Amino acid sequence: MQKVMIERAAELLSSGKVNRVLGWRAGLFAHDNTPSVFTDAADLQANFVYNEFCGANLSKYLVKESDKEGTVAVFLKPCDTYSFNQLIAEHKIKRDNVYAIGVQCNGMKDVNDREKLEERCASCKSRKHVAYDELIGESGEILDSNRFDMVEKLENMTSEERFEFWRGELSRCVRCNACRNVCPACTCEKCIFDNPDSGSANKAPADPFEENLFHIIRAFHVAGRCTDCGECSRVCPENIPLHLLNRKFIKDINELYGEYQAGETVNERGPLVNYTQGDAEPSVVYERGNS
Amino acid sequence: MYKLNLSEINAFFAKIAQNEKLYIPADNGKGGARYTEWAEGVELSNACNTERSAKDFFFPQTENLVDFKVNGKKIEVIDSREECEDFVVFGVRACDVKSFEILDSVYLTDPIDSYYKNRREHGTVISLACSAPEETCFCRTFGIDATKPAGDARAYIAGDSLYIEALTEKGSALLSSLGIAETDDTAAVYAQIAETEKKLAELPLAALEAKDFTKKQLDAFNAPVWAGLSQTCLGCGSCTFVCPTCQCYDIKDFDTGHGIKRFRCWDSCMYSDFTMMAHGTPRNTQLEKFRQRFMHKLVYYPMNNDGVYGCVGCGRCLKKCPISMNIVKVMKSLGEVTE
Repeated sequence: MQKVMIERAAELLSSGKVNRVLGWRAGLFAHDNTPSVFTDAADLQANFVYNEFCGANLSKYLVKESDKEGTVAVFLKPCDTYSFNQLIAEHKIKRDNVYAIGVQCNGMKDVNDREKLEERCASCKSRKHVAYDELIGESGEILDSNRFDMVEKLENMTSEERFEFWRGELSRCVRCNACRNVCPACTCEKCIFDNPDSGSANKAPADPFEENLFHIIRAFHVAGRCTDCGECSRVCPENIPLHLLNRKFIKDINELYGEYQAGETVNERGPLVNYTQGDAEPSVVYERGNS
Repeated sequence: MYKLNLSEINAFFAKIAQNEKLYIPADNGKGGARYTEWAEGVELSNACNTERSAKDFFFPQTENLVDFKVNGKKIEVIDSREECEDFVVFGVRACDVKSFEILDSVYLTDPIDSYYKNRREHGTVISLACSAPEETCFCRTFGIDATKPAGDARAYIAGDSLYIEALTEKGSALLSSLGIAETDDTAAVYAQIAETEKKLAELPLAALEAKDFTKKQLDAFNAPVWAGLSQTCLGCGSCTFVCPTCQCYDIKDFDTGHGIKRFRCWDSCMYSDFTMMAHGTPRNTQLEKFRQRFMHKLVYYPMNNDGVYGCVGCGRCLKKCPISMNIVKVMKSLGEVTE
């Protein structure tokens, strides 16, 4: 794979079809690859890498890269293509400035436990690329994933147990903002939590519930747009399973509005920004809350 | 040296904890370790180091500085500081102990930071020599000896015993009060040191050299490599928050609804409003923010502190950066351009 990808990228550069290639740069070890922009063939040959530690989703970098002059080629794994589509739907990526190359992915390994697949890969939702200009390797199928198992477990807890679970997890948050900054759904130019005029800007948990609210508000903000790419949990230095908050919203949307996968297509209006007469009534919240 | 059997380590911890709070690295149930207040049942972790650094003990992420109560036209200023109680931290590795020296040079030189000083004076540090350094370790690069950590006392775990020796009066006072047996037979300790030194020499980053960038500071500052290095930086604060030597903070007012709590909290040079002033921020691009972090550790700090680097090689940023960019990669790139 890696060899074919390097050859293809070099070809695209030399033909002038693209003037930059967004991929992964080899690190000090086999497992510390860094997202990087390549502009010449020698650099590609020497430093481009595609192995089982290329978990970083490159889609969000296209927000900036596609705004520059010329065309940028990008390598996208199946789950990255969902973020890619979603960002196009939100008019954040200039599609004409991007040459998307889908690459086969067999699951990425967990950097902290290198024998194991990452959680998001062990419960992979789709091996299918939903967007690309060309494909290297194979595109698979949408999978029958067990990704909602843990959400169900949480739903079956008493509210006290659930509160306890989330307080335990979120109390470790150090407000480094890695989850927000890596999230392809978080593309506000000025986040409310960074804006000193918002009244809610903070760099640290100022009271014991602050960081909990930060994550809850963020989950609400990306609800209906989160593709479940899992980057938030991958980057959390405290290993907080943040993706579970987003998955709860996805599961609820599926149950209340019918199966919906953000980023599957570019043109469809998501259920939370669309009105139909069959929409769930607000009262459903109370009913579910009491059950 | 004092010596006790490892099977008695919990009794040893209990004895310390009788008089003051004791913190030790314990497994966090998430595959890592964190400093935890010792109580019956809390076991010493085997991890090479804790995920969060030990700076939290002296420079916590948040702390209240002062409260204000407003009553009509009167403002009452309330000193909300709590006098720190004595505490002991056991198991601090050589890199983290060295980081205290770096924090000291910032907070204990005039004007002395009394909040920091208060904690520092009440804390006793028992370090623990490394015996199983990790691939991300590079303390040797900065002249730190992982087998001879500083602190008020230092401990070795060799064979089935814990050896411990006092290095300062504070450490000596603590150890002599615990009633542990002394021994002259320290062969096991020296055998372990020799073995660890071998491991340290074979680490993948053992050959990493700390070049003197201070003489070519402008070359370093203007080096074109910063563009590539900072290119995909997310601008999050992971590296700064896990770093034992990052010491920048912000001071903020929190409106409680019936008064103001003025607190300080860790800040990160990676953040958009870091050192924000009335005219804006002096570093607008991520390149400038990124460069600041590494120039501070590799150039500015050594320039002002007799060549001591502002990095201790603990390797936490190597493990935690979401895009796997880190100071080692920076040092290598920068080394090449300032040759």
